[in-house]
Amino acid sequence: MSDVRRKLPIVLRNLPAIVYAGLIYGFIFLPVAVLMLFSLQGSRLPVPPFNGPSLKWYVAVFSDARVMDAMVNSVIVALVSSLVSVGLGFLAAYALARHRVPAARFIQGFLTAPLTVSYLIIAMGLLITFNAVGVPKSLATIVIGHVVINLPLCFAIIYSQMGAHQANIERAARDLGAREWQVLALVTVPMLWPALFASFFLAVTFSWDEFIIAFMVSRFDVTLPVEIWSMLRSGLNPKTNAVGSFVFIISVITVLILEFVVFRRKRT
Amino acid sequence: MSIPAVEFRGITMRFGATTAVRGIDLAIDQGAFVVLLGPSGGGKTTLLNILGGFLEPTEGRVLIDGADVTDVPPAKRPTTTVFQDYALFPHMTIAGNVSFGLRMRGVAKAERDARVARALEMVGLGDTALRRIHELSGGQRQRIALARALIVEPSVLLLDEPLGALDLKLRQQMQEELKAIQKRVGTTFVHVTHDQEEAMAVADTVVILNDGAIEDIGTPERVYLRPATRFTANFMGANNLIEARVCAAAAGRVTVETPIGTFDVEGDAQAGGRATLAIRPEHLHTEAAGARVAVGSARVIEAGFFGTHHQCVAGLDGLDAPIKVRLPQKLIPRPDDAFALYVDPADMVLLTR
Amino acid sequence: MAWGLLLPALIWTVAFFAMPLVIMALYSVWQRVGMKLVTDFTLANYGAFFAKSYLLDSLINSIEVTLIVTVISVLLAYPLAYILAEKVPRRWQRMALLLAILPFWTSYVVRSYSWLLVLSEGGIISNFLLDVGLTDEPVSFAYNRGATVVGFVHFFVMLLTLTIYANLVQLPASYRKAAADLGAGPVRCFVYVILPLTLPGIMVGAFLTFVLCIGDYITPQILGGNRELLLPQTIMLQIARRSDFPMASALAMMLMVVVSLVYLACARWLKLERV
Repeated sequence: MSDVRRKLPIVLRNLPAIVYAGLIYGFIFLPVAVLMLFSLQGSRLPVPPFNGPSLKWYVAVFSDARVMDAMVNSVIVALVSSLVSVGLGFLAAYALARHRVPAARFIQGFLTAPLTVSYLIIAMGLLITFNAVGVPKSLATIVIGHVVINLPLCFAIIYSQMGAHQANIERAARDLGAREWQVLALVTVPMLWPALFASFFLAVTFSWDEFIIAFMVSRFDVTLPVEIWSMLRSGLNPKTNAVGSFVFIISVITVLILEFVVFRRKRT
Repeated sequence: MSIPAVEFRGITMRFGATTAVRGIDLAIDQGAFVVLLGPSGGGKTTLLNILGGFLEPTEGRVLIDGADVTDVPPAKRPTTTVFQDYALFPHMTIAGNVSFGLRMRGVAKAERDARVARALEMVGLGDTALRRIHELSGGQRQRIALARALIVEPSVLLLDEPLGALDLKLRQQMQEELKAIQKRVGTTFVHVTHDQEEAMAVADTVVILNDGAIEDIGTPERVYLRPATRFTANFMGANNLIEARVCAAAAGRVTVETPIGTFDVEGDAQAGGRATLAIRPEHLHTEAAGARVAVGSARVIEAGFFGTHHQCVAGLDGLDAPIKVRLPQKLIPRPDDAFALYVDPADMVLLTR
Repeated sequence: MAWGLLLPALIWTVAFFAMPLVIMALYSVWQRVGMKLVTDFTLANYGAFFAKSYLLDSLINSIEVTLIVTVISVLLAYPLAYILAEKVPRRWQRMALLLAILPFWTSYVVRSYSWLLVLSEGGIISNFLLDVGLTDEPVSFAYNRGATVVGFVHFFVMLLTLTIYANLVQLPASYRKAAADLGAGPVRCFVYVILPLTLPGIMVGAFLTFVLCIGDYITPQILGGNRELLLPQTIMLQIARRSDFPMASALAMMLMVVVSLVYLACARWLKLERV
C-alpha cells in the first residue's frame, strides 16, 4: 500500500494531516479573529451582527484616561519587577555557581519553589500578609508580587547558563591577568547576555499579562488586565474589544520584530 | 552466474541545484563485502540511503536479488542498516532492541527469545539480554546494533560508517570481527566509510566514489597497487604523481619520458600524449636490486617516525614538488641527508585520467 | 561574600513567599467571628469544608474539569505537535509553531472573554444558526461547564503544542529510520518508538496543564456561569464577599494539598519511567 502512496502528489498524501492542522489552527484563531473583527464594530454593541468597519472604539480607548493610566502602570510594573527579578536572580545564580555554599541544592530548590505554587495562592498569601502587617495596596505591592513569581524563573535560566564551561572561560580571563571586576564586566556578563535578555523578556511578558496578583494586591492604581476586568464586570463593552486587539497587535509586532531582527541575524 | 545481490541502474540523485550522485551503474555480488569509499560529499552515503529506501532517487532503478525495489519503503525492503549513532532504542532492553525486527515480522515470542539468545552469543554479548542500552560501552552498542540488524536475515546489510565513534584499537578489533561475522553468515554487506585503511581491511571489493561518480572499483590489492585514476592513486594512501610524456606505445607497454628519467612501463596510452606516473612512497628504495632502476638522488627535507618506518618529505633532482619516501625503520634520516633512490618499473602505475 | 550576593534573593523569597504561606497556614486554623479574627487553634474551617456541600463540590468540580481539560488538550495538541515536527518542512517549522501559539499574546483575560463573543446568546455561533434557520431564537452556549472547558482547552492546546513539539524535535532522526529499517510502518514506529520516548515529556506538560488549570480563577469566572463554581471561585468568594480570610486560607491549603498529591504521583511515575 505504501508503494502506491509514494506515487501520490505530496498534498494528497498528507491530506488528513493538512485537514487536522487546519481545523486546530482555526480553533486557535477563532476567538482572536472574532475579537479583532468586533473591535472594528460600527454600532454600539460589541456583539454580532457586524456593522461596517469603524475605528471609533480605538479612539474611545485612547481617550479613556483610566485605560491609558492602566497601560502605563502595566509598563512600569513590568519593567521594574523584571529588572529587580533579573538583578536578584543574577546575583543569586552567581553566588551559587561560583562559590562554595553550604546546602546549595536546598537553596536552589527554595529559590525555584514559587514556580510550583499557583499564582492564586501566592496572591492570597500576599494579600493576607499585607493586610495583617498593615501595608497599603499599591503598584509597589504588585511589583513585589511579580518579583516573587519572576525571580525563580530568572534565577533558573541564568543559573543554567553558568555551568563549568563558562567557569573555564572566566578562569582563562583571570589567567590572562583580568581583575575580578573586569572578569565580571568584560566576560561574565557579556557571555550571559542571551540568558539575561531572555529572562528579562520572559519576566516582562508574564508581568504584563498577570491578573490575579495584580487584582488582589492593588487598590486604585491598577494594571491593564485588572482595568479590563473591571470593564468586563460592568457588561460587555466594545472598548474591551479594541483594547484586547490593540494589546494583541502590539505583542505580535514585538515578537515578529524579535524573530526577524534578533534571531535571523544570528543565522547570518 | 547468479543474480547480483544489488544492482544500481542509472541512479542519479539531485537535491535542488546539487547533484549528489550522477548516473551510477553498479552491481554487487551475492555474499560479497563491498565497501563504498570516498571523501565527504562524494555520494557514498547518498547511495547507501537510496539502497536502504530512505531516499528516492531522482532517476534510475534499484534492484535487490533481481526485484525492482525503487518504490518500496524501508520497512518493506529486504535490507537492514547499522547506523552511525547505532540508533538503539533507549526505552527497551537489549533483548527488546534485538528482537524488534522479529516483532515487526510477527515472529512468536518463544522463537524470538531463542533467536535473540543466538544473535547475542554470535556477537559475544550473550548475558546482556535484560540490560539497558546506557549500561553498555560504545563497542558493545555497536555489536548490539549489528545483532539487531542481522537477526532478521536481510538480503543485504548496510553499514553507515559504523566504526567512526570508536577509538583506534577498538576500531581495528571491530574490523576483524565484522569480516569474520560476514564470512560466517554469508550476507552481502555494503559498508560506507571515508577511511581507506578500514576499507582495505574489510572489503572484498572497494568502490571509490568521488563527486557522485565511480572513480574506481576492484579488490583492495588492485585498487591500491594499480589505481585506475589520479584521484584513486592519491586517495588510497600516499602517492607520488609525476608528469610524463608518452614517447611510444605498443602491445600493452608504454615508454614515457619524465624529469627523472625514461621508463618502460605497463599500460595503454596515445603516443605523443601526456600521462601521469604514480609511484608509492614504499616503492622507492635506497638500494639497487633486481629490476630496479635509478631515479636520482633525494635530499631529506623533513622526516617523521611512524614505528615501522620513517615517512620523509624529500626533494628529488628534476622535480619541482617534493616527493614522499618511506625509509627503513633502523635508518634515521636527518634534514639534508642525501640518498640515492631506486624503483622497479613494474611498481610504476601509468595514469591517463 | 557569596552570602552577600545570595541574601537579597533569599530575603525576598522568605519575606514574600515563604512567610505569606506560613501566615496563610496559620489563618487556616483560625476563625473569623463577626468582624474580628479569633486566633484560637481550630479545625472548624476544614470541618466546614467537608460539611458544606458547596465547598466540597467546588473542589470536585475543579478536579473533574481539570482532568477533562488535561486529557482533551493532550489529545488535541499531540497530533498537531507531531504534524509540526514531522510533516512541515524544516524551514517553516518555526513559523508554523509561532503561528500556533500566537494567540498566547492576547491578554489572558481578553482571550477568555473573546469566547463570549463566539459562544454567548449574541455571539457569532448563535447568529449563524439564526441566519441559517436552524433555530428561531438566540442560543447561548456560554455560562456553563462546557464553555469553561472550551476556554481552557483553547489555552492549553497552545501550551501543550509548544512543549510536545520541543520534546519531539529533540528525538534523533535515526530512531525513526531504524524503526522503519527494521520493518515498522509509520503507525507501529509511532506506537513502539516515538510515543514511549515522548511519554515523559507529555507527562510534564500534562502536569503543568493540571496545575495551571486547577488554580485559574479567570476562565471559569468569565465563562462558567453561576450555577457551578470551581474552587478558585469559591476561594475568591470567601475573600470578596465575606472577607473570611481564614476560610479562604483553608481552601487554599486544600488546593495545595491536591496539587502536591498530583505532583508526587507524577514524580513517582517519572522516576519509574526513567530509562
